[in-house]
Amino acid sequence: MTVHQTHTEHIDSETGKLGMWIFLFTELFLFGGLFLVYAIFRAKYSPEFHHAAEELNAFIGTINTVFLLVSSMTVAGALTAMQKGDRRMTLLLLSVTILLAGLFMVNKYFEWSHKFEYGIWPGSPVLKNMPHGELLFFGLYYMMTGLHALHVLVGMVLLSINVVKVRAGSVSSEHYLMLENSALYWHLVDLIWIFLFPLLYLIT
Amino acid sequence: MGNDAQAGYLEYQGKYKGIAGWLLSTDHKRIGLLYLYAIIVFFFVAAFLGLLMRIELIAPGKTIMEPQTYNGLFTIHGIIMIFVIVIPGLAAVFGNFFLPILIGARDVAFPKLNLFSWYLYITGAVLGVMSQFMGSGPPDTGWTFYVPYSVESATSVIWALTAAFILGFSSILTGLNFIVTIHRMRAPGMKWMRMPLFPWALYATAWIQVLATPIVGITLLMVIAERVLNIGFFDPALGGDPVLFQHLFWIYSHPAVYIMILPAMGVVTEIFPTFSQKPVFGYGAIVVSSLAIAFVGYFVWGHHMFTSGMSYYARWFFSFLTFIVAVPSAIKVFNWISTMYGGSIDLKPPLLYAISFIFLFMIGGFTGLVLGALATNVQTHDTAFVVAHFHYIIFGGMGFAFFAGMHYWYPKMFGKMYNYRVANIAWVFNFVGFNLLYFPHFIIGIQGMPRRSYDYLPQFHTGHFISTIGAFILIAGLLLMLYNFIRAGRRGEKAPANPWHGVTLEWKIPSPPPHENFDEIPEITSRPYFFGSKEKANQ
Repeated sequence: MTVHQTHTEHIDSETGKLGMWIFLFTELFLFGGLFLVYAIFRAKYSPEFHHAAEELNAFIGTINTVFLLVSSMTVAGALTAMQKGDRRMTLLLLSVTILLAGLFMVNKYFEWSHKFEYGIWPGSPVLKNMPHGELLFFGLYYMMTGLHALHVLVGMVLLSINVVKVRAGSVSSEHYLMLENSALYWHLVDLIWIFLFPLLYLIT
Repeated sequence: MGNDAQAGYLEYQGKYKGIAGWLLSTDHKRIGLLYLYAIIVFFFVAAFLGLLMRIELIAPGKTIMEPQTYNGLFTIHGIIMIFVIVIPGLAAVFGNFFLPILIGARDVAFPKLNLFSWYLYITGAVLGVMSQFMGSGPPDTGWTFYVPYSVESATSVIWALTAAFILGFSSILTGLNFIVTIHRMRAPGMKWMRMPLFPWALYATAWIQVLATPIVGITLLMVIAERVLNIGFFDPALGGDPVLFQHLFWIYSHPAVYIMILPAMGVVTEIFPTFSQKPVFGYGAIVVSSLAIAFVGYFVWGHHMFTSGMSYYARWFFSFLTFIVAVPSAIKVFNWISTMYGGSIDLKPPLLYAISFIFLFMIGGFTGLVLGALATNVQTHDTAFVVAHFHYIIFGGMGFAFFAGMHYWYPKMFGKMYNYRVANIAWVFNFVGFNLLYFPHFIIGIQGMPRRSYDYLPQFHTGHFISTIGAFILIAGLLLMLYNFIRAGRRGEKAPANPWHGVTLEWKIPSPPPHENFDEIPEITSRPYFFGSKEKANQ
């Protein structure tokens, strides 16, 4: 009849999910600011963006996209497994998700260090001698992929906490709000990458 | 409905005792008071800094400080007042305390997140203050952090930027919490159109907090990147665009004005029916106008930049929408006046402040149209006229509504009555002092006095002199008001459950409210604000 929420009681699942969805909107707006800046500079410096984008390694980008897409599938699988009460499968799929996220980060590390070898980092002398559009492109590249990588790290931490909680039994087939919200967050991380990938790597 | 079985929330002993019982409490009422105390401390710090600026400006030339000190003062005054006080302000204090009670809930949807928001808030506020003492001197960019100066300034701007970023995050989480609370926690029978109007105002506010704040978050991060990594987005020498920063900044910071003023409107909307003993006039119109302000307010940011370089059509568009957004605000004013019309008006301190809110808000609103019109904007842009308009809206509007809310809900929050006489005297000081302080700025602004200026030409002396006198009177009034509240807390008479004969839910529980607010969650069967019989309420 009434929702008897007190100061200490558990949060019901609909309420928790609504909160998470609103938080995800704020994340979209956070990246939205960067997408806006990208759109403006792309319009202003089209040829230079075109040229700079060719410097990025579309192959590594594609592999990373595959990693993240598969990880979205595995995290969704982990949630379904939890709902069905299969703890072993949940743990397995969560671990695979974290592994894929780790591989993404390793790839990113090599990608960035490769750029550094060419002397391309924000504020570097090489970059300063480039045409303005290319300089801004790389500025955006580092800012966008950097902020995204930070979100991947946060997601990995969240998923790891879930592994601990599933083992401890505090995430179970009755109470899986935490896992569901973490999965939602992970899908957001993927979603943002799905936009970053073509904008930075593919449209040349 | 009084029940002695449950102690008031002020005495309640939970898992933690003493000070930890406050600092670790997830009770929305205690968190509301934590915000209140923090805001009072920071408000008096920033008000005192403002007074120092006024003393400096009492005469042309140097009076008590160096120009660089003055630059630092107006920056930290702005940062504290905007980001630490008025943006969280009414929503964090009264919203936290009364939103759950007004909708018949025991707490907000996410009590722990609520406490976490307060810690983020304190962290941000402390960082902001620390920016004064760390690194290479107090930031001197003004609270707007305009590039290129905020990138070039040698002062510790990064601290202030980080502070604003963290405060923004706190604001987002509070907004998120309120939206979910309103969606999920309303008492049975409280349909959307049976919800009191302060929660409605908070609902509109919360959406702006959630949808606009991330933009300023990323913008501040970009300025930090600009300073640390030389990333070039806003630097013309590297192909960037400083006007782009202004757009991104105002995409948030104009809606932020509505984050400040909407809860203020909500508070006075609660006060007028109670002190007129009459249903609020045009409930539906007030709801719709709150939402309309939140929606249209999102698309008017360009009016801060009419002189920055925008296309003719962009300026036309932003000016037009600025005029449009004035309409719902005016609708609210008509509603408040009509609520009082024919009511049995009881001119107690809360109503006094609420009426002065209308008066000051209207002056602020009309001068806002002067600034929103393209031709007059060019004349008044970056002059003291803007300072006057801004303070009439922010202090005259939001500040006086805050005082109205304090006088209205003080008996409920602390269970004590304050002295009406002292409150009225303090109101006279505040009202007279406020107008003396800011009205001259309209005049010297039109005459050409620039804002943020350390020195001025002799012809502006009279205006500045009157203004400084007003500042002293205002500070005296504020201190008297604070004294009245503190004295009431110590020695005030015990407040009855319903001192003003209000009809919303907070007046149906004891003063101060028990820990869990309600013994039994009430059933709502009609719209709020009906002072007569039940039958009338259902019509």
